[in-house]
Formats: sequence, structure tokens, C-alpha cells
Amino acid sequence: MSDNTSEKKNEHGHGTTGHSWDGIEEWDNPMPRWWVWTFYLTIIWGIGYVIAYPAWPLINGATAGVLGWSTRADVAAEIQAVEEANAPINAKLESVDLNAIVGDAELNTYAVSAGGAVFRTWCAQCHGSGAAGAKGYPNLLDDDWLWGGDMEAIHHTVAHGIRNEESDDARYSEMPAFGRDELLTEEEVDQVTNYVMSLSGEANDASQVEAGSVLYADNCASCHMEDGTGDREQGAPNLADAIWLYGGDYEDIKHTVTYSRYGVMPPWNTRLTEAQIRAVTAYVHQLGGGE
Amino acid sequence: MAILDKHKILETNASLLLIFSFLVVTIGGIVQIAPLFWLENTIEKVEGMRPYTPLELAGREIYIREGCYTCHSQMIRPMRDEVERYGHYSLAAESMYDHPFQWGSKRTGPDLARVGGRYSDEWHVDHMRSPQSVVPESIMPKYGFLEETRIDGKYIQDVMTSHSMVGVPYSEEMLAQAQADFRAQADPDSDYDGLLERYGDKVNVRNFDGQPGISEADAIIAYLQMLGTLVDFSTFTPDASR
Repeated sequence: MSDNTSEKKNEHGHGTTGHSWDGIEEWDNPMPRWWVWTFYLTIIWGIGYVIAYPAWPLINGATAGVLGWSTRADVAAEIQAVEEANAPINAKLESVDLNAIVGDAELNTYAVSAGGAVFRTWCAQCHGSGAAGAKGYPNLLDDDWLWGGDMEAIHHTVAHGIRNEESDDARYSEMPAFGRDELLTEEEVDQVTNYVMSLSGEANDASQVEAGSVLYADNCASCHMEDGTGDREQGAPNLADAIWLYGGDYEDIKHTVTYSRYGVMPPWNTRLTEAQIRAVTAYVHQLGGGE
Repeated sequence: MAILDKHKILETNASLLLIFSFLVVTIGGIVQIAPLFWLENTIEKVEGMRPYTPLELAGREIYIREGCYTCHSQMIRPMRDEVERYGHYSLAAESMYDHPFQWGSKRTGPDLARVGGRYSDEWHVDHMRSPQSVVPESIMPKYGFLEETRIDGKYIQDVMTSHSMVGVPYSEEMLAQAQADFRAQADPDSDYDGLLERYGDKVNVRNFDGQPGISEADAIIAYLQMLGTLVDFSTFTPDASR
């Protein structure tokens, strides 16, 4: 690089930068004026921003900025605004009798749509976005309820959950693992399985049904009832309606008798407000199976 | 101007240019990063934080190994939609024992910062085995092999030791009992009093995958089921000036 200052001028009257690499030189054209002014404006804006908003880190914290803005205050205000807007109807929802919600058109519309939002956020992962459930996760659209399908029962189930460790009021029952814990031999499990399948008229080995019925009466009827219609007090499923939570194949039922099932639902009163729980109760109740 | 003439010295000397560029970048770095180490409110004091138990830590290692963070974040941002969907926004203190943190930067799946307790253990087993069996629209791959892979926590004490080297307050006793605690947490019939004494009463002691023995599924479900559950938000008042 040589250092000869060129006397050349271009058609705009600008000289060169004075740099010359192997004879190649560069015009010293100024930056476009709009660019320069934009650049100055960003500097001015930057100074304004530093004064208005949190910026410089100091010893005990950052400068607060004259506007006093903070992310947390912002989100708190936003949440509060929504809560205040919904406060009157939420208060009403929390105070009325559960069974009175459906009779109040305005309240019911609010509860069902708010409940639908709650359902899609917190419940759909297990019960399905359409509430049809999956194997092991109850269908909420049908008339078959394990723990009861009226407003009070659904409300209790949502609030406290089932067989969880967090809520003392969680619904609780536990079926013995008849095969694993050797309460029944495998032959006896087969007999009971065939009898259970006969209750809902599914294909079964008729030669085993009679022995199975005796075993059923001794071991199963106290919870599932003599006729197999179940007991909601204990969450014992109806075995006669051909609706199967854990599958109705021979192998599925035999697995249930052998190892038992232990479906767990979390309590939601720790995460949702009473109004949200009541809303989702109303939503589930109107899906089709509500009693 | 004289100073611009001096600039020519840098422009004509590559090594000197490198050194001075580095100095400029260093100043920028110091201004941005260094204060965070001294600012008193970087990590606010909250109640309930504890180091991961050995089983949870093993689950966390599996989480990292499988690259869960590429699709799942663990950072609930302070915005209304996120707070309504996932729960209270994340606090810096909640990842103070995470090395490295798992905030992530992309959500193909949902945020997991507060997934603990949200689903049953059985749901997690079903979901790992086949995510589509419980969430038909999910595009998550299957992780059924986790429940078939046995682990014994043989090296968990080493992992904990390396975590304690970067500041996680594992006590001598926690390190010494690492393998015992590892086994106890996955077996509700075991003597787990020591585990609760060391890590607190809120530790989940369950057979997480529902099968005998300890599998990788036990570890990762133990980890997932405690995520975001440590801080008691009924006693926490957020400092609004942040």
C-alpha cells in the first residue's frame, strides 16, 4: 500500500480515500444522506430509550427508567385486566348452585365456552381434544361414568382427581391384582375372564362361565355388583355395558384381572380457580353424558 | 486528524488489529455479562429449591441425551398467554441447579417447565411408548425403548460430583448415599426415609413406570414429574421491578 494522496476528482467533485493497493484506488464518496440521518436518529432514539426504559446495570440492579416499565408489571396488569373484566360473571359462577348453571342461559354460555378453553388446555392430553378419551383414559362423551356424571360428581372429580397423592379428598379405590398377588390361580383368572365377557354378551368359552360365576360372586361382586353393573361409590366400572376403559378383548380383561388397573388423575384445584373448575364441569356435563 | 492517522498503524498490522479487536469485544462483553454476577436481583431468593435427587438427575441426563430440548423449552415467559397455558412464569432461581440450563429456544412440542404433576405416571409411560396413543395429533417420536433399558445408577455419584464442582450444593452425605437414594426413589416399598431427609418430604417416591426394576423411563418420569413443582408460589411475591 502506497500513501500518495491523489488529486483526482470524480464527476461529483469527490476525491479518493488516498488508499492505493497495487494502483487500485477508491473514491471517497459520502454516505447517502438518508442513511446518515437515519443513523443519527437511531443514536437519538437510543439515548431516549436508555432514559425511558430499564437499561444500565448498576451495583444493585439495573436503572429503572423514567417510565417505570417492567415485564412483570406488564403481564400482571394484563392478567388483572382480564380478571377484572370477568370478575362479575366468575363471582356468579362460583356462588350459584352447580345445578343452577345450566338454567341460566348467560351463565351457561360463559361456563361452557370458558370450560372448553380450560378443557383444551389442561384435559385434552389425556381425554382427547374431542373428549373421546383413549385406552386407559375415559371417554367423557358417553353415558358411562366411573365416579358419577352429575354436576356435583364431575366437580369433585375435577377438583380433587383420582388416586393421586396430592389431594386428601381424591377419589380412591384399588382393585386387587388377583393373578399377580396369587389370590386366584391362572386357571381361575381364565374362568372369571370368561364370565366377565359373558356379562356383556361377548364371545366366551361357555364351559368356563359357570365356574367363573362362582369365583365372580366370591371375589368381584362386592364392588362390581352381582349383575356386573358396578358401583360408582368405589369407582368400580360397569362390566355389563360392553364399554371398556382398558380394552374388551380377552387378553385385555385377563390382564386387568391379573394385574389390576390403577388410573390416576391429578387434582386441579391446585392449578385452576374454582370458577375454572366449575366452567370445565359445565363443559364436560354438556358433552353428551351429563346426568 | 491525528487519531485517524494513528489508526493506520492498526490497519497495516494484522496482529495488532486482532489484539485491538479483541479488546473492543472484551469491553462489550464485560459491560453486558459481568454485572450479572454481582447484581443482587439476578437470582431472587425463593423457597423450596433443592438439588435434583440422583434418579431425577439421571432422568435429566436422559432428557439431554435424547435431545428433548430441541423441541421442548423449559422457560415460561412473562406473557399472559403463556402464564394461562403453562402456569406462573419461570424464575431464574428455578434453574439455578441446572448445568446446563434447559430453557431451550424452540417449541415444536409444549413447554415443560411446569409439567410436573400435570399428568399421571401411567400417561407418561403411554406417551413415551406411543405419543399418538394419547395425543393423536402429536408428531413426537416414540421413546418406548426407555422402559426397556435398565439402569443401575452406577455412575450417578460421579455425575453429582461434577455438578457439585460447578456449584450445586450436594452434601457429602448426598454424594455417599447417591446409589441408595437412586434405588429408593423408584421403589415405594423401600426404606426411603433417608432420601426424604436429604431432599425433602415433597420428593416423589413411586414406581414411575409401573414395572419391576429401574428403567430409563423411571428416571425420566421422575424428572418430568418434579419439573416446576419446587417453588411454593403461594408464599412467593414477585418483585415487580424486573
